[in-house]
Amino acid sequence: MRKVLSMATVALLSLSLVTGCGTTAAPNAPKAADVIKVGGDLELSGGTAAFGQAAEKAIKLAFEQQNAKGGVLSGKKLEYVSADNKSDAGESTVAATKLATQDKVVAILGPMTSGDTLAAAQVVADSKVPLITPTGTSDKVTIENGQVKPWIFRACFIDPFQGQVAANFTSDNLKFKKAALFIDQKGDYSKGLATSFEENFKKAGGEIVAKEQYVAGSDKDFRATLTRIKAANPEVVFVPGYYQEVGLILKQAREMGMNQVFLGGDGWGSPQLVDVAGKAALENTYYVNHGAIDDPGMAQFFKDFKAKYQSDPDTFAALGYDAANMLIKAIETAGSTDSEKLRIALESTKGFQGVSGVLTVDPKTHNPVKSAAILQFKDGKAVFMTKVNPK
Amino acid sequence: MGNVTQQFLQQIVNGLSLGSIYALIALGYTMVYGIIKLINFAHGDIMMVGAYVGWYATTVLHLSFLPALLIAMVVSAILGVLIERIAYKPLRNVIRIASLITAIGVSLFLEYGGMLLVSPQVRTYPPVFPSTIYNVGGIIIKYGDIVMVVTSIVLMISLHVIVQYSKIGKAMRAVSFDTEAALLMGINVNNTISATFAIGSGLAAAAGVLMGVYFNTIDPLMGIIPGLKAFVAAVLGGIGILPGAMVGGYFLGLTEAFVSGLGWSTWRDAVAFLILILVLIVKPSGLFGKNIREKV
Repeated sequence: MRKVLSMATVALLSLSLVTGCGTTAAPNAPKAADVIKVGGDLELSGGTAAFGQAAEKAIKLAFEQQNAKGGVLSGKKLEYVSADNKSDAGESTVAATKLATQDKVVAILGPMTSGDTLAAAQVVADSKVPLITPTGTSDKVTIENGQVKPWIFRACFIDPFQGQVAANFTSDNLKFKKAALFIDQKGDYSKGLATSFEENFKKAGGEIVAKEQYVAGSDKDFRATLTRIKAANPEVVFVPGYYQEVGLILKQAREMGMNQVFLGGDGWGSPQLVDVAGKAALENTYYVNHGAIDDPGMAQFFKDFKAKYQSDPDTFAALGYDAANMLIKAIETAGSTDSEKLRIALESTKGFQGVSGVLTVDPKTHNPVKSAAILQFKDGKAVFMTKVNPK
Repeated sequence: MGNVTQQFLQQIVNGLSLGSIYALIALGYTMVYGIIKLINFAHGDIMMVGAYVGWYATTVLHLSFLPALLIAMVVSAILGVLIERIAYKPLRNVIRIASLITAIGVSLFLEYGGMLLVSPQVRTYPPVFPSTIYNVGGIIIKYGDIVMVVTSIVLMISLHVIVQYSKIGKAMRAVSFDTEAALLMGINVNNTISATFAIGSGLAAAAGVLMGVYFNTIDPLMGIIPGLKAFVAAVLGGIGILPGAMVGGYFLGLTEAFVSGLGWSTWRDAVAFLILILVLIVKPSGLFGKNIREKV
């Protein structure tokens, strides 16, 4: 009886082997070597899901367009491997590890926020996989103790520049002298922006009349603190946070009769901000962003994105698209997907024409040199106002 | 100096509307504890479910505030009874820590089950209330503030009437006084406990809808922090004592508003839990509790 059983097992096993061979030998399937895998460690769910979802759509679009043009490195197709980091630093490390070790991707695009990018930094350094964050703006993302992190790149400008643009805009364009800061005490992003805003605003002769904090993720009632800010009577309130809290803050501030100008950074850039705050609360508010969707340079991308997804792209999509194309260009320059060659190619990116502007990577800091845009809310829509170049 | 008084009064308004939410949730905690000596840690998450039902009723079914509130309360009441029957009842006669751990399990189940079902995406409530704002001598009072405080007070008075004058209320008081004696007197203890869960969960759902409408956003993890705060409120007032939960809720809301108002907004949560620790050290039975020695 045992013999019969074992024979049957052997027969079954060999049968499965045969069928297994059959599938791999299928003539039309592309060989593994013809595919270049690129991972996306993105915020597809959680608190900043709007950023990651927009970027993923744009990355897929960029790869599709490149594949339609015949792929990269004479005929190889790009394949996108998705991983959700749930807008959480811990999950971001997990996603990066999975992409680098299990999926063996040649490069990683994302995450969108600085905190999630920092969480993935060690993984990509250990496994020597270049990573390009579309919107991780904290200066710590690429530099640690004065040393550049060799494997991390970005497609966006950095927080100190953003804070500086906001401060200069406040003193030069709006001609305000008294500002209040409302900072997310948990966020590196928020603190970085606030610090550089404060420095530059004071340099221009301005005064910080109030400096308050909130905790992103758990605070929903900001009225107690807003009452305090209102009492300090600032001309402008700088809120460098993400759309969810900013939306609530703006709504509650306007309800409390605060008619001041509110100002923020690229973390404001999501349609959800309008849902949460409401159109009326957004009047008289401005934010610094990487580019504007009504900028003429975006036109072609705008058309392509809308044709594929039947919805308008936002600037996060634009930067995701730029990050993907930066990588494609680097793969072509390197002439291979060897990680060291790819890294050098990314480091020497010069005059790359992205949809969000012309970009040159500084090899010493891995920070791109590019311009910023100021957007103003009009009837619930962010409208391009002016472009600010780096000094 | 007018400015300071104005700020002070404004913080009272802020604190009262926040406090009514805590008070409503704290009532449920306290009722359940009073009757079966269980800290129902899933209570904040029942509030979250209520908020989602209310969201569904307002955005998908296009109902106005009151029917949405009632539907949310009914659905959560049923959920509360189901949770009690499935998760807590089988453990009623074993050591208390078992039901406590089960409650934590139910809480996590609702949080992450909710994420699976409705996605972790934050949702925005439609504007259910008119955005009328009253300016009383520089103090800003929203239409929503008034609805929130009035709804909570109406619900609290109804609860008081039910507990004091109705048959089920008398049964609840009897069961909480002595379960076995109540059983001997012919009271259906199981039904009484179910009723307690139903009422408590209904109140939590009301708090959830109010919170959703008031703060405009809901997400599957929204119940954790208010749930913990309401627990502090219940302990502060004396767990098991209904007026205590109410006072505790309002006290906590006002404290938080003043802590933030003094510029220590980041210490807000810390102060809430500091109060809990102080109460437990100084007067473990809470503000309204009598020191009764436990029966051995």
